Amino acid sequence: MKKYLLLATCVLFSTWSSAAQLINGAGATFPEPIYIKWFSELKKVDPATSINYQGIGSGGGIKQLTAGTVDFGATDIPMTTQESASLKSPVIHIPTVLGAVVVSYNLKLDKPLKLTPDVVADIFSGKITKWNDERITKINTDQILPNKNIIVATRADGSGTTAVFSDYLSKVSPDWKNKAGKTVDWFRGSIAAKGNAGVTGLIRQSDGAVGYVELVYALQNKLAFAHIQNKSGQYIEANTKSVSAAATGKVAQDMIKNDFKMSITDSDVKTAYPISSFTWILVGESLPKSKGEKIVKMLEWSLGKTGQSMAEEMHFSPLPTELQKAVLARVKKIKIQ
Amino acid sequence: MSEFIHAKSIKNNEVRFSDALFYNFLRLITVLIIILFASVFVFLYRSSEPLFLEQGWSFFKETTWSPTTDTYGVLAFVYGTLVSSFIALLFAVPVSMGSALFLTQLCPRFLVSPIRSIIELLAAIPSVVYGLWGIFVLAPFIKNYVQPVLSGLTPGLPFFQGPPFGLGLFTAGLILAIMIIPTITTISIEIFQAVPKLYKEGAKALGATDWEAIKIAVIKPGMAGVLAAITLGLGRAMGETMAVTMVIGNRADISSSLFSPAATMASVIANEYAEAGSNLHSASLTAVGFTLLLISMLVNFGARYIIKKFRGPI
Repeated sequence: MKKYLLLATCVLFSTWSSAAQLINGAGATFPEPIYIKWFSELKKVDPATSINYQGIGSGGGIKQLTAGTVDFGATDIPMTTQESASLKSPVIHIPTVLGAVVVSYNLKLDKPLKLTPDVVADIFSGKITKWNDERITKINTDQILPNKNIIVATRADGSGTTAVFSDYLSKVSPDWKNKAGKTVDWFRGSIAAKGNAGVTGLIRQSDGAVGYVELVYALQNKLAFAHIQNKSGQYIEANTKSVSAAATGKVAQDMIKNDFKMSITDSDVKTAYPISSFTWILVGESLPKSKGEKIVKMLEWSLGKTGQSMAEEMHFSPLPTELQKAVLARVKKIKIQ
Repeated sequence: MSEFIHAKSIKNNEVRFSDALFYNFLRLITVLIIILFASVFVFLYRSSEPLFLEQGWSFFKETTWSPTTDTYGVLAFVYGTLVSSFIALLFAVPVSMGSALFLTQLCPRFLVSPIRSIIELLAAIPSVVYGLWGIFVLAPFIKNYVQPVLSGLTPGLPFFQGPPFGLGLFTAGLILAIMIIPTITTISIEIFQAVPKLYKEGAKALGATDWEAIKIAVIKPGMAGVLAAITLGLGRAMGETMAVTMVIGNRADISSSLFSPAATMASVIANEYAEAGSNLHSASLTAVGFTLLLISMLVNFGARYIIKKFRGPI
């Protein structure tokens, strides 16, 4: 009896493994919801391919890709030259969707708060400590701000959100030069929590608190967040449109020139939300035939019309058309051996 | 008679063989445990070596922890771990001792087992649940009621001052106290139950009051065991990660105020290891783990020394 059972299991497994090609990916947690959605929808279109994605963090994704334990990686920040140097074969950055970091606050206000880049930088350096500081009231003349202390909430765990936010600060404030990273030394007197959820919890519970969270998370949880002044002086609300706009025009051209490996915070575009960023899938420049075709198909589908509109439904910002074309053309050029 | 001796000697031979098997089996397991410990020790040291080569002893003397400039010091985390665990003991020891004494000496019999299972249930709650409860219930309570009162009562002392966040060393210590109470209580109950009833009856017969009898004939003989229970609780408090990370505020800082945010050795590893960028960063995180191991060993040896001194008649 046992023998038959064993035999049956073996047969079952062998047919199953030959029926579906398994592709493994790992990396950033931020795009995990949309990747899982894409890959499960893709499975309906093409039952022969199973794509498995694990959100273990950008750093982990890069490490696993370098070690060759996954077929593709995913990251919220482009690989550093040091990381690229340890790769066995060259890897290309494929932008998939855009995200943004918003400055969320706990104040009872009638209208959204407006903030300029230098004010954001100084709040997060502990230099502006009161909500009715002249520098904040000057740009929010349409409403009265309370005489309350600002409690600054930050991320305790290393994260892409922190990397994007500090990258932005390092571009707009001389104090923040060379201080960007996944883990940042925040000033004494600020307080840190784990994950977007932890930061949100801190903000919700402390009157007068301010912190930075991922836009998708803020939209899903209906948090209040500030309109940030961009490079051309406009106060912009973060939404999928203003975030996608950050990668249009000249920025898109630069992206294509840099093989898509570029930070787009503090964008020049007039309608752009300034703290926007890409998230990337990392795949080899040339791929083995068995899996390569499937991976290319996966990318083409995800970056195509269906995949991108699915992203927008889940509050992820889609690639602007111009860039989408260029990325798809690049995907076509992946060598299959 | 001779038959009996003969039979016994045969049996003895058989027993000796199985005895040897049993003995060697146990010896193997013990050696395995030692090897396991040694390999953890070696692994932690080897992975932290790049940091020690780069920074040398300054790692143990510095309080600055700065991944952006790649300089690392462990002192702030050592402070966080020791102070939060000390606060935990401060609350947990009296409560645990008191409830253990009550349950073994004074409590009506029908109440003992329900109360005991409630205390033991505290140990079954996952630490992430303690963390969530800490954020949403305990932290606001401390921010709105405990800190204002304490800082108002002691205007001259720095311990309770500072902006009220609700999260910090004090909150972390309180959560830890609740988490280690079941450990200390259950073991203390076993200890107090093991003290012969005769001692207490003797003390009573000599005219001691209830409290005196308990003091002389229950606490004193059980002291060594209770200290061992406290050491176990302390070990858990020092290593606890999830709940502490959620409520301590995560700032590598040594501040005189107990209400200010801090970080422990376990919490910084949990926060930063997954996304540690540079080689030095991950090496320094394992070095923090190595330090935690060293300090735990130190605490354990210290506790054993004290327990030896207290070892009473049982």
